[in-house]
Amino acid sequence: MSEKSYRDAIRDAMMEEMDRDPNVLIMGEDIGVYEGTFRITAGMLKKYGGKRVIDTPIAEAGMVGTAVGMAMLGLRPIVEMMTMNFAIVAADQILNHAAKVRYFSGGQVDVPVVIRGPQGAGVQLSAQHSQTFESFYAHFPGIKVVAPATPADAKGLLKTSIRGRDPVIFLESAALYGMKGEVPDDPNFTVPFGVSRVAREGSDVTIVSYSRMLQMSLIAAEKLSQDEGIECEVIDLRTLRPLDLEPAYASVTKTHRCVVVQEQWKPFGAAAEIAASITETVFDELDAPVARVTGEDVPMPYARNLELLATPHEQHVIAAVKKVMYANG
Amino acid sequence: MAKTKEQASSTIDPAAACAPEWTEILRQMILIRRFEEATEREFRKGKIGGYLHVYSGQEAVASGIITALTKGDILFTGYRDHAHALALGSEPRRVMAELFGKSTGVSKGKGGSMHLFDVEHGFYGGYGIVGGHLTLAAGAAYALRYQQTERIAVCYFGDGAMNIGSFHEAMNMAGLWGKDGMCPILFIIENNGYAMGTSVERHSALTDLAQRVRAYNIQTEKVDGQDVFAVRGVADRVVRQMRETGKPYCIEAITYRFSGHGAADILQPYRSKDEVEEHRHRDPIGILRNRLGEICGLTDADVKSIEDWAASEVAAAVQFAEESAPPEAEELWRDIVAEHGPVRENE
Ligand SMILES: Cc1ncc(C[n+]2csc(CCOP(=O)(O)OP(=O)(O)O)c2C)c(N)n1
Ligand SMILES: [Mg+2]
Repeated sequence: MSEKSYRDAIRDAMMEEMDRDPNVLIMGEDIGVYEGTFRITAGMLKKYGGKRVIDTPIAEAGMVGTAVGMAMLGLRPIVEMMTMNFAIVAADQILNHAAKVRYFSGGQVDVPVVIRGPQGAGVQLSAQHSQTFESFYAHFPGIKVVAPATPADAKGLLKTSIRGRDPVIFLESAALYGMKGEVPDDPNFTVPFGVSRVAREGSDVTIVSYSRMLQMSLIAAEKLSQDEGIECEVIDLRTLRPLDLEPAYASVTKTHRCVVVQEQWKPFGAAAEIAASITETVFDELDAPVARVTGEDVPMPYARNLELLATPHEQHVIAAVKKVMYANG
Repeated sequence: MAKTKEQASSTIDPAAACAPEWTEILRQMILIRRFEEATEREFRKGKIGGYLHVYSGQEAVASGIITALTKGDILFTGYRDHAHALALGSEPRRVMAELFGKSTGVSKGKGGSMHLFDVEHGFYGGYGIVGGHLTLAAGAAYALRYQQTERIAVCYFGDGAMNIGSFHEAMNMAGLWGKDGMCPILFIIENNGYAMGTSVERHSALTDLAQRVRAYNIQTEKVDGQDVFAVRGVADRVVRQMRETGKPYCIEAITYRFSGHGAADILQPYRSKDEVEEHRHRDPIGILRNRLGEICGLTDADVKSIEDWAASEVAAAVQFAEESAPPEAEELWRDIVAEHGPVRENE
């Protein structure tokens, strides 16, 4: 084990896989000479050269489309999106091409392409640059959607993504890049898709989340424990497609109360899907309706005070936990 | 960027060169520069958040074109948009207030640096997704003609934006509609040599950028974007022509940005300090000032009084922004859709 930042864990995963497999390459805007706007790719051009670390023009659709073509021929491209907000320029290439060619070819091709980059709100980037996309992508069959909450998961899940046979949307939280944690050193350490984990044990309320909201939920859970003696069990989903809710069902069977936390808009969001599945599967165990904590249903405003109002915070998780315990006020 | 042969340069007729308007243009360019310097300072102080992309070095490209427009003309650009707003006549204090995220800002504090908007002055916005606004501008130009006006649309974009699909789609539709005189759009390529950290040579298969526009049946010309006389000269001619023809036109302005791509671009590993220094010798403000000095007798004292005026305008803008109130909480829920907005809980 070594202590690593989420950022370094991502870089390590890519470099270990590039060392291991010459078919792995990376492309993106300003990832080579500039070494990446978030410095995820620092040092990579120097080590692997321009054939494997490709600085592209500003052409998101072109990047993804060419990567899909490379993948169909057996390469394993990683596409870095400067931020995931720009990937929607490539939505057709991702959703209509990457996600579909295996199916409509009757399984004749693999599409091992990883599309990764940061997302999320919090630094006043306003409406076009503050979005999160897990609900959007997870709606579509044919792609995997990954959203790690820790450095170890970032590394292990990215390695699984690169070694896989399917297109993966790998959603990094920009706010977590500096976060440190213990990461296994073994170059064969991977984290499988579709295996959720219990991030904190507790008996009173189940909180289900992923990515940065998982970290926020853990902080809320500690506060609830210290201030109110309420013990939350916190489930980290890690991947939204495939989605493993078994640990959540088991937990709800124990706690009988559940809160789902996501960063972005409530309508048609990941939390809605999770809450519905819990209600369908363990309805008889619930002592209260499943509560959702989400961002407000507005485009992200620029002004700092409005941005704070638009995004979810610990106190919203705490309030939701108390609500499902009928302990408010 | 070396000046190429086919670039238009200004030939000087002293009478025209000394028209009072040129002093006004100098004032505008100096105001823009001082304004941008203030935004960089206020960003470092934490008064401005998010991304901040300044225009220093490129002033002649905004001022040379925009001063040739008339009321009713409209403009679209990307996120490097402060200069365009100021040149169109937005109040500096309301632009600064927007950057401070205040309710008195041109976009009520909801857009920030990348999304200035001031429709009253013809400014249809700053956009943050590279190239996304080109199609909007082409559609707007169609609308102006559809409404049987002689107004034109101006659309600014960077060299890097020419690599994205919407550029090609917008160009082709503008060229196509232009055949029927239905697309009076003036495309301005702000070719500052770089898309963030990637030089034109490294991002474009063809480095003659205007050539790519000609492929869509749109007339083009290159101009020295550091020389506001040259830019304005081309603009005067082209704008007049477009009002008649309703056809698109494209000007490639060869320019240079003096600051980093954005406030976070500190190391600038993609270019040398020497390169930046060399370009600072072709400062568009210096070029205009020297010319007005040599030909029209503009004195150092004249320039000093312009500088003092600009400094006090900018200081007043900062003070106004500082003292303005942030948007009220209710503002979060306004302007999302015209009707049937989000359902709010706890109401
Ligand atoms: C679709 C998209 N991809 C990437 C970005 C990130 N980005 C912002 S500005 C920029 C460079 C644009 O360069 P250019 O068009 O030359 O304009 P300049 O900044 O030089 O004025 C990039 C890559 C973005 N905003 N939108
Ligand atoms: Mg540029």
